[in-house]
Amino acid sequence: MAVDERIQQSLERAAESSGTPDIRLDRITKSFGDIIAVDDLSLEIPRGSFFALLGPSGCGKTTTLRMIGGFEEPTAGLIYLGEREVSGTPPYKRDVNTVFQSYALFPHLSIFENVAFGLRRKGTRGGNLKGKVEEMLDLVQLSGYGKRKPRQLSGGQQQRVALARALVNSPRVLLLDEPLGALDLKLRKEMQLFIKRLQHDVGITFIHVTHDQEEAMTMADRIAVMNEGQIEQLGTPDELYERPQTAFVASFLGISNLLTGAVAGPDEVRLEDGTTVRVRNGSLNGRKGRVAVGIRPEKIRPDDHDPNRLPGKVKERAYIGVSTQYIVETPNGNITVVVLNDRPGTVPLGPGDRLTLSWDPEATFVVDSLEGSA
Amino acid sequence: MSSIAVPTAREPNFLATVLAVVRRHVLTVYSFLFFAYLLLPIAVVMIFSFNNPTGKFNYTWQGFTWDNWRYWDGVPGIRSAIFLSLEIAVVASVIATALGTMIALALVRYGFRGRATTNILIFLPLSTPEIVLGASLLTLFLNLSFVTFGFWTILIAHIMFCISFAVVTVKARLVGFDRHLEEAAMDLGANEWTTFRKVTLPLTAPAILAALLLCFAISIDDFVVTYFNSGSEVTFPLFVWGAARIGAPAQVNVIGTAIFVVALAAMLVNVVFQRRREVRA
Repeated sequence: MAVDERIQQSLERAAESSGTPDIRLDRITKSFGDIIAVDDLSLEIPRGSFFALLGPSGCGKTTTLRMIGGFEEPTAGLIYLGEREVSGTPPYKRDVNTVFQSYALFPHLSIFENVAFGLRRKGTRGGNLKGKVEEMLDLVQLSGYGKRKPRQLSGGQQQRVALARALVNSPRVLLLDEPLGALDLKLRKEMQLFIKRLQHDVGITFIHVTHDQEEAMTMADRIAVMNEGQIEQLGTPDELYERPQTAFVASFLGISNLLTGAVAGPDEVRLEDGTTVRVRNGSLNGRKGRVAVGIRPEKIRPDDHDPNRLPGKVKERAYIGVSTQYIVETPNGNITVVVLNDRPGTVPLGPGDRLTLSWDPEATFVVDSLEGSA
Repeated sequence: MSSIAVPTAREPNFLATVLAVVRRHVLTVYSFLFFAYLLLPIAVVMIFSFNNPTGKFNYTWQGFTWDNWRYWDGVPGIRSAIFLSLEIAVVASVIATALGTMIALALVRYGFRGRATTNILIFLPLSTPEIVLGASLLTLFLNLSFVTFGFWTILIAHIMFCISFAVVTVKARLVGFDRHLEEAAMDLGANEWTTFRKVTLPLTAPAILAALLLCFAISIDDFVVTYFNSGSEVTFPLFVWGAARIGAPAQVNVIGTAIFVVALAAMLVNVVFQRRREVRA
């Protein structure tokens, strides 16, 4: 497999244009009757990136993907593939390929013919066709499976055929619609790394739709967190995790402790019980009135080492192995704390034990206080 | 079952023993009776195709002969009747299946105004008594002064009642059809027509073939609707009807047997083919 050649090709493609994004969505809206699935969404996806659209079911992520693929037309707004606007262009004239959630392999065709389907439409024939298909089957570690029918393959193998069938066409962008949803946990973990490596090798832009935050963080370079048809926040996995800008993002990606309070000075927030805590410099960002201070569970210490402190009482303890998770009752509500079990012989705290929690102001983030988010 | 035998064991009773045997074999006996009921008329048709009747009537066994098979078209009119029936059945089933497939696709795929109504209307010819269909079609044709009864009126009538069967058969298959397969084809560069040819059609083919055979079978033996709308043309069922009034010749049994054998062979081929596909899978 000439991986170097593929990297070379992708470099050439990158050199051809002057940093034009592969996909640009310009104020896209899609409504189905009264329901607005995608609401005035704008987005640019840079060339060669692994981009994830992450959100709960019904947030509009799949609809967005289907509009890029050409299976749905936006009610309003424009879609650009490179420099070309593609509204009204049918799927078969768009330089994108899709890996469907159900794989949608053609049951009446062999694995070889499934992968060859796109090439045949372009008029590739004979040895050239055979060479390309076999090279691609080799890339997804399925050489020798060409004569079988899809139903004779396992779920993971079918998934890889779906990838091969799409990638063999060297599209500008590969769209993946919840591609790992049907696989069991172990296989899913394997495929996450496999797909990430594949993307790195072929250098094609991947857009990956998922509701699984861990999957998105493992695989993608950049993630757009979607909620109710809009993008809540766009950024790298660590940006989204360390500095979520909304309560929704904070609670959708991992566990967050959100303490409500009121702005009490530059970089200071007074919590509901009157305790004043410091936040990261500039993170209030001009906010006034009620806000929520967020701290990730692993950034809180069960001692008074750090400047921000709260007294509490252990309510529940769960031993997870690598760490122990505590639910601690405080005057500002329950706080989840995760303590790494990296010191042998440490006596764990039990329910009812009193303790002081502390954390570094640098470990905090601030979001708007929302009803119902705690 | 066994507990019933306990009280009778004390005083062996003939009636009880018989009843016990019947109880044990009741399903077998019932099945035999059922198949006898189902197959006896066909057996009679077959046997009497080898009869050598002395007079007009082919109702009592007179002796064995191959003559009826050798001279299968030895009765005036039977040959043209058979060919007319075959011709109409082929044309009607092909047109009805083509139209029915398109209607089924529309009904399953597209939400349009009046879809529910169309669904009900499609079922109407299936539930309307044939005699009503035939008679009302006759009235319609009579009112259209330019219509002359014959081949075309029979064909129109047959296509009409076959369409519903074709729609129902193809629809059943399309309901379970994964739409993503067609989207995948288009995604891979196939336009609408290529998608239909390469994906939709091959996957729907078994249902379309079934619809075709069903329509053929219904058309070739239709009597009631044809009787009303045939004018002076005579199809095979009409020929049999006419012949029976003066004494049906044994050739009628020959044709009947031949049709049965062909249908049986087609069915067996289908079963074998399906088995092979399953084994390969």
